[in-house]
Amino acid sequence: MSVSFLISQAKGVQKVIDENSAEIEVLDQKIGDGDHIFNIQRGLKLVVELEDSIKDLPLAKALNMIAMKVLSGIGGSSGALFGTFFMTMAKSPDLDKNVDFNKACEMIISGIKAMKERGKADVGEKTMMDVLIPVSEKLNELKNESEFKSGLNEVIKIAEERMLSTKDMLATKGRASFLGERAKGHIDPGARSSQLIIDTICKSVINN
Amino acid sequence: MKKFINNNDDFLKESLTGFGKAHSDIINVNLDPSFVSRKNKTKDGKVSLISGGGSGHEPMHGGFVGHGMLDAACPGFVFSAPTPDQMQAAAEHVDSGAGVLFIVKNYSGDIMNFQMGAEMYSGKNDSIVTNDDVAVEDSTFTTGRRGVAATVLVEKIVGSLAEHSGSLEECKKLGEKVNKNAGTMGVAFTSCTVPAAGKPTFDIGDDEMEFGVGIHGEPGRKREKIQPSKTIVGNILEAILDNLKPEKNEKNLLFVNGMGGTPLTELYLVYEDACQILQSKGVQVTKSLVGNYCTSLEMQGASITLLKCDDEILKHWDSPVHTAAMRWGM
Repeated sequence: MSVSFLISQAKGVQKVIDENSAEIEVLDQKIGDGDHIFNIQRGLKLVVELEDSIKDLPLAKALNMIAMKVLSGIGGSSGALFGTFFMTMAKSPDLDKNVDFNKACEMIISGIKAMKERGKADVGEKTMMDVLIPVSEKLNELKNESEFKSGLNEVIKIAEERMLSTKDMLATKGRASFLGERAKGHIDPGARSSQLIIDTICKSVINN
Repeated sequence: MKKFINNNDDFLKESLTGFGKAHSDIINVNLDPSFVSRKNKTKDGKVSLISGGGSGHEPMHGGFVGHGMLDAACPGFVFSAPTPDQMQAAAEHVDSGAGVLFIVKNYSGDIMNFQMGAEMYSGKNDSIVTNDDVAVEDSTFTTGRRGVAATVLVEKIVGSLAEHSGSLEECKKLGEKVNKNAGTMGVAFTSCTVPAAGKPTFDIGDDEMEFGVGIHGEPGRKREKIQPSKTIVGNILEAILDNLKPEKNEKNLLFVNGMGGTPLTELYLVYEDACQILQSKGVQVTKSLVGNYCTSLEMQGASITLLKCDDEILKHWDSPVHTAAMRWGM
């Protein structure tokens, strides 16, 4: 993982999220209040715009700037959660040394753990954590493997299955929890956006 | 979408700037990070009250900054929680040494961002979370009840205690009492339109209403055919009374709040219906508040809040207040 990797992933994710924005917006209007997609899009735009100011910085500093930008520029649950994610990644030890696949997995795992603590949400509550926690567990299995590319295909599959599984869940966290039974039958918009992010990044790593 | 808007990116900034100019005798507006604060510095030894939340609920919360209520308010984007740097900057700006009490509505995004703001602020601080919406079942397994219109009452009553030298602990305790003594439920006839979305948040038929709606147009208990006001008000009050169970001799404040798109004419009719129903049930109404205080953009609809009042609450309700949206006694 490098600063240029982060920038190119942000651009790739921005493209995919923009392409799927209408779908996510509708999902959020069914069970939330419709702000999720705008928050995610605003956050991605802000991060992509950071390119010139972070491209020559050490990784830890760049991650910290991304974290502060996400935290102060997005708002809502997404801003707090993704801000926490990047802030935790920035605090990882030895970022001045080479960040290989194993190390990158550890950073992502610790970032997702911090999101789980911040949002106090676990698997089965119809939130983005339904996708992120299983992905983190799979990365934990994969991190020491030298042939990780086939493993990333499994990550893509897990993210998709878990995203789809939120459809029949009752929500117990977040704004959808106010609906009770009426939240059933709709995929959680945060789970969908998280799955798209993971799908995009994994595919990009596999193809390079 | 028909709105007074130039371009979406500047929507909030332009509105906040106008708010600052219109009420320059009471408040200042700071941009980047955004917060509204009192024009006059918080007096030494007074606990500072800071609230905030997504925009689109005006006059909540910026309209409640001023003598006898809040010291600062942090507006987020429309219907999105504000960010931790706003809370930190507002706290640093207003804290006079007696500490800061954050007043937070119970929504996941607000809770998380206020928590982070409180962690980032180095001074003494504490928080209270409002959750007066009885439309939502409360249980340990869910996010719980939403914080809605009773937040206005909490801000007024705790604001008075802070003005009368209440300590941080005392302010928190009174805030929790007001929240516990209050119950709210709302109903919507139309949706609202978030400017960034450009279209209504939900579809609703001409003859339908959303019963138990939240303040962001998020769905409530059920979708029903529209009914006469007396029936709607009766159903709302039944849910509230069921929850609050006021004693026969207890005094109560009745608050009819407009969601933004319903005229005062109708809100007073709702107030009249509520008074009659409460009287028939032996519930005493001694204080009133009617108007648009905790809105959902242009949504048509209203919420009713009942607050059980003891002498302490009554005293702090009646005390002078001077803010953009609420003023009496001075």
